[in-house]
Amino acid sequence: MPTVISVRNISKTFPSAGGATHALSNVSLEVAPGEIFGVIGQSGAGKSTLIRAINLLERPDTGTVTVDGEELTALPADELRRARRKVGMVFQHFNLLEGRTVQGNVELGLEISGASRAERRSRSLEILDLVGLAHKAASFPAELSGGQKQRVGIARALVGRPKVLLSDEATSALDPETTRSILDLIKTINIELGLTVLLITHEMDVVKRVCDSAALLNGGRIQEQGSVVSLISTPGSQLAHDLFPLGEVPAHPGDTVIDVTFSGGTADRPVIAQLARTYCLDVSILGAAIQTIGGNQAGRTRLQLPGTPAVNDEAIRALRGQGMLVEIVGGHS
Amino acid sequence: MIDPSSSDFWPGLFHVLMVGTGQTLYMVSVALVITVLVGLPLGVVLVGTEPGGLFSAPFGSRRFGVVANRLLEFVVNLGRSVPFIILMVALIPFTRLVVGTFIGTTASIVPLTVVAIPFFARMVEIAIKEVDSGLVEAAESLGATRWQIVSKVLVPEALSPMILGMSTTVTSIINFSAMVGVVAGGGLGDVAVRFGYQRYSTIHMVAVIIIIFLLVMALQGFANWLARRFSHQGRVARSARTAASMRVQPAL
Ligand SMILES: Nc1ncnc2c1ncn2[C@@H]1O[C@H](COP(=O)(O)OP(=O)(O)O)[C@@H](O)[C@H]1O
Ligand SMILES: [Mg+2]
Repeated sequence: MPTVISVRNISKTFPSAGGATHALSNVSLEVAPGEIFGVIGQSGAGKSTLIRAINLLERPDTGTVTVDGEELTALPADELRRARRKVGMVFQHFNLLEGRTVQGNVELGLEISGASRAERRSRSLEILDLVGLAHKAASFPAELSGGQKQRVGIARALVGRPKVLLSDEATSALDPETTRSILDLIKTINIELGLTVLLITHEMDVVKRVCDSAALLNGGRIQEQGSVVSLISTPGSQLAHDLFPLGEVPAHPGDTVIDVTFSGGTADRPVIAQLARTYCLDVSILGAAIQTIGGNQAGRTRLQLPGTPAVNDEAIRALRGQGMLVEIVGGHS
Repeated sequence: MIDPSSSDFWPGLFHVLMVGTGQTLYMVSVALVITVLVGLPLGVVLVGTEPGGLFSAPFGSRRFGVVANRLLEFVVNLGRSVPFIILMVALIPFTRLVVGTFIGTTASIVPLTVVAIPFFARMVEIAIKEVDSGLVEAAESLGATRWQIVSKVLVPEALSPMILGMSTTVTSIINFSAMVGVVAGGGLGDVAVRFGYQRYSTIHMVAVIIIIFLLVMALQGFANWLARRFSHQGRVARSARTAASMRVQPAL
């Protein structure tokens, strides 16, 4: 499988008051060209450390980082600076220069790489047009809303034609509606420019809305990673659970409670009706969560079947036979 | 004793004040230019050589960065704590070396500059420390060199508080420039000493005070206007706060 970003076994330890903080422990990631890869985790999980390690704003203690075929961890300082131009980055708090206009901010990367004045002008206007802010070119950041500021941040990151876009909680400082519009913009850029995106977030909604693949980071370790569709059909996947929260399993003595996860082709068949008819079961639906992920319907339903799991064995096997993931969550005797 | 009713008193006063003001402006402006030229880089290096700073490991040596930082801190603190009168006298050999003499208006520029540089460097340091580290990170992510970070991010983003710091520096240079009058340094201080003090002319004294007051007011008004022009944010308030915290007069 080709990869644009390849992180191998990186670890990072910070000295702290009570000894040391292991911000990252042996983390490996593979991001395929053209995909949006989301890293999700709680505050303090090491997400920022991970994303900052990819353009070596934070140099990992061990391990390698390769972007677009170039091993960044092996480069000397001046070549690393040049290589960083291949990696655009957007920040939670935008990090715009207050003293520069919108256009001046976007031109910063081109000034750094030594582009001519004429080229800076035309390229920055072109990219401002792409993010829908051409009319604000002469404004100062203080005159913009949060969403507009992040559009400038995105334009600044894209102006040097990077191969990869890194996003560190780009929407966490924004309200839900603006969050959606920024995510849509990232998706548009991903499709139109074919740009690979690695984003980190603590919000499951962000993963649901735009990510093709995801990784769950917990205490500096990757717990799971894979394409969102494949994670959904992985038994016991924490990410799948978080994507489709069904809550606590209620106590139903003598009955069987199962979680049925379906995705892709199985989603639009009348599965439950068939089950009830074929096996003459009084199926109760305890809960359901359905999402469109990566253009596919996917979801999880919690069903209650009368009788012990042993009694319902045939029905469960029939469901599995149709390609569904069935987990028995209640009713073990 | 001077007689205010004599016919040549007012033309004489006018002439003396013109010359004094001219000398003061000359001393202050030359001292200011040198102060900014030296103090700005010094302030940048003061911040940069701190652990974790841009220049924390010059020439690849962390040790060197620490030593440089300690040394500069020491020099700046020394420069700020020695009373000006003492500094002026102590610098006489140095002044003679640079200017050829230690008496007169030009010679006075040397101690004025020496006292103002650490003062201004400290203000540059404070102003640059206020710049959000996220901005440095953004520039680094775009592949900026250290020099580009200084010239495109740190200095421009700290411009407003630095201008206000500069105005505070000028005010104190003006203060000190009045003191060099004591050693025949010329300027308005010299007028106050020779006419106001030695010849009991209250009118001279009052005139000098008014001129210095107007100079300082005009300067600060101009600096405030300039600082506002360069701060395109709701950050004027913050700059003003920074400047207020910096308005600590050096020991005399
Ligand atoms: N520069 C640093 N110095 C010391 N500790 C740090 C530093 N950066 C991060 N950490 C620590 O590493 C852990 C992970 O931090 P971070 O990557 O920022 O997490 P997240 O972005 O997921 O909230 C936290 O415990 C944090 O305190
Ligand atoms: Mg973070």
